Amino acid sequence: MEHAIEMIGITKTFPGVVANDKVTLQVADNEIHALLGENGAGKSTLMSILFGAYNADSGTIRIHGKNVDIKDPNVATELGIGMVHQHFKLVHNYSVTENIVLGMEPRNRFGILNIGQAEKRVAQLSDTYGLQVDPTALVEDITVGAQQRVEILKTLYRNANIIIFDEPTAVLTPQEIDELMQIIRRLKAEGKTIVLITHKLKEIKAVADRCTVLRRGKYIGTVDVEDVSEQQLAEMMVGRAVQFEIEKSPAQIGEVVLSIQNLSVADQNGHVKVRDLSVEVHRGEIVGIAGVDGNGQTELLYGISGLSPVSSGTILLNGEDITHATIRKRIELGLGHIPEDRQKHGLISDFSISENCVLKNYYKAPYSNAYGLLDQTKMAEDAQALIEQFDIRAGQGSRTAAGSLSGGNQQKTIVAREIHLSPHAMLVAQPTRGLDVGAIEYIRQRILAERDKGRAILLISFELDEIMNLCDRIATISKGSIVGIFAQHEVTEREIGMMMAGSKRDGGNG
Amino acid sequence: MKPADTRESFTSRMLSSDGAVSVLVVLLGFLVGTILVALVGKNPLNMYKAIFQSLSGYNIDNGKMNVRYIGETLNYAVPFILCGFSMAFAARAGLFNIGGEGQYIMGLTVAQVIGLLGPNVPGLHWALAIIGAMLIGAAWGGIVGILKAKYEVSEVVSTIMLNYVALYLSRIICLQLPGASTYKTANFPETALLSNGFFQAITNNSMLNNGFFLMGLAVVVYWFIMEKTNLGFGLRATGFNREAARCSGIPVVRSIAISMAIAGAFAGLAGGIVALGSFRYGRVLSGMDNYGFNGIAVALVGNNTAIGTMLAGFLFGMLKNAQALMQGKQIPKEITFIIQGLIVVFIALRSAIALYLAWRSKRQLQKEVLAK
Repeated sequence: MEHAIEMIGITKTFPGVVANDKVTLQVADNEIHALLGENGAGKSTLMSILFGAYNADSGTIRIHGKNVDIKDPNVATELGIGMVHQHFKLVHNYSVTENIVLGMEPRNRFGILNIGQAEKRVAQLSDTYGLQVDPTALVEDITVGAQQRVEILKTLYRNANIIIFDEPTAVLTPQEIDELMQIIRRLKAEGKTIVLITHKLKEIKAVADRCTVLRRGKYIGTVDVEDVSEQQLAEMMVGRAVQFEIEKSPAQIGEVVLSIQNLSVADQNGHVKVRDLSVEVHRGEIVGIAGVDGNGQTELLYGISGLSPVSSGTILLNGEDITHATIRKRIELGLGHIPEDRQKHGLISDFSISENCVLKNYYKAPYSNAYGLLDQTKMAEDAQALIEQFDIRAGQGSRTAAGSLSGGNQQKTIVAREIHLSPHAMLVAQPTRGLDVGAIEYIRQRILAERDKGRAILLISFELDEIMNLCDRIATISKGSIVGIFAQHEVTEREIGMMMAGSKRDGGNG
Repeated sequence: MKPADTRESFTSRMLSSDGAVSVLVVLLGFLVGTILVALVGKNPLNMYKAIFQSLSGYNIDNGKMNVRYIGETLNYAVPFILCGFSMAFAARAGLFNIGGEGQYIMGLTVAQVIGLLGPNVPGLHWALAIIGAMLIGAAWGGIVGILKAKYEVSEVVSTIMLNYVALYLSRIICLQLPGASTYKTANFPETALLSNGFFQAITNNSMLNNGFFLMGLAVVVYWFIMEKTNLGFGLRATGFNREAARCSGIPVVRSIAISMAIAGAFAGLAGGIVALGSFRYGRVLSGMDNYGFNGIAVALVGNNTAIGTMLAGFLFGMLKNAQALMQGKQIPKEITFIIQGLIVVFIALRSAIALYLAWRSKRQLQKEVLAK
């Protein structure tokens, strides 16, 4: 078998971590090869080495059988390797073609930019691969899916015959994901070799020919996708049997706890991001907000939690108006918050676990007395209890600095704190982003347990699976407004996908 | 292999301890200072003789002992330590207080005003003056805190400008005081002075005064607020991660205003102590005393901790006291400024050391992985 890419014995270390430990990756010519692994397994590092963004400490790379030394991305481009990054690298107020030619602009003999010639070539490439991109459109005017296709065109324009996709579906709606899978097959049909970095098993089953699995920086194996089930792939990735579906008892729904009426919230630049949005969360249920990133989810949570001022509308918590209350007041009234950005809002990384556990109630009994003195013994005791109860792995117990914990243990610390405060309503944003499978399972179960205790939970997630798995009711948000609210069993992933793209479904009760 | 391993971990531990790095930085400062003295053709030993004398009072050259030098070193350290706290307290809440000098000047001015015009009641008089100095310092810092918290005015800019406002305001006020000439006022009444007969007796009439007690009290207060109270907890949280503190309901606007006010009170106290402890008359300032600015360096060397800042303050006080002694031994006194400056420059080594440790752990890991 002719190999397009051979990476043999690649080792790469960063301070404190071995990102790749003698990893081997062999990609056959003209195949779709998936690179599977959890967050932190070393997939992105390996591909960054192939693309010349990092240099390996040791190991050899062969492209089409020839030993190569990929010092920087320019060398990779010359070798015909292109990368579609997870976070697009596009200039928003440039046209599609301008973005594509950036860095290699075609000039006539007087050195003047000749964009027309490039536009023709882009249109032709777009046709050949069925990408449906208008070469003259401004990037800021086209959809996220189309922006991704511009990234693909960028690699094609540079004559790439090996294209690396880094987590390409993270930002797409289900429909756009289907389209992308079509495009990937088309690219293969036209003779390209594809490497697909992902942790989503469904996508691998859908398009990939073979799959290489990495776990904690080590090579686990390469398999033919046809021969394995999703379950087997998951076990290779995690190293043990994985439970996909969580068992969920029927919701015992009570009275309204959190009521949001006609809420509008603007972002820092004054752009209205949440528009006239209404939603109610009852005791004992989880309401999920599904939607593509950037449709007002962040601002919605900022508005409810008090991080951003509200332009109009009301927020009621147990019937009390908290629209303009201070953040501390909201917390005291029983509003919990597991924030989207745990580094920025959730934890103080220089503080110990015990200090982080009391971040919201340190000023009250039992942690402070009437004279404002802290009871550090009590803080440490309670933190130790939470560490045991929530299985937080910390080297030095409650004195461990939060910043030295792994992502999963940081999130567990936040979840422990919020649950320990036993709030009436809880805002939960992206609770499992970037975590490994074990932590994901655990945190989802904890959230469900809180529901069963009678908490009202509002969940925001960009992972549709998570929404479908956890929520009792699902609201779809698009451009800052709720497009429809349905009970979980009344709606399919496809329908939610349609609504995420902005179209309304009839018969909704929202 | 075993002993090598333990030595490795010892080095790493020393380098990752902030305290040990501060000591290393100070030693480096002295080392380079020594080389400089040698380069200009003087005997570095004389420099150390002067330093030794300022620490112990013992003059190695003539074998005479004078405890006054010890008293002076301790007395000089007081304003350095307090201005260090002014910088450090704000820094712990995430603010850069360059206004220690202005807060110090305002404290000094108010202490002089009360010292000359206040009630001549023993005990009450100087206490009132010191309290006044702390309050004006707190107000001077608090203004900056409120501007920062409410209107996002950079504390760096506003403190620098307020330093000049303080200097000229001080001149205007002090020129109105009884017996004011262009550089001094009338003498303070006895009741206003901080002098302590016992200290004078045991230190052979040095200027060491009650301000030393106040400084000791300030060390305890600083440590206590920071480590033991929920006020300090909120301030530290705000300093480390303002957004997370806000998200957790900590009133960051209040935290910032309070921390600047407390920072100002420390500097104001320093001003009051210098005014009534080291001088018998009020001064009409024509320039800055620079204690406020040196406080920045003191806090940096002391890692913003209570004990560290105190020790760093003693170091600076010792250098200041050694200046006159050095001149007596043909060493230019400017060498002490050079050493102070070098120490501040070497503080930047902290990040270099962090980089070095990261690089070393990476190398270590590489070796382990490749050796398998």
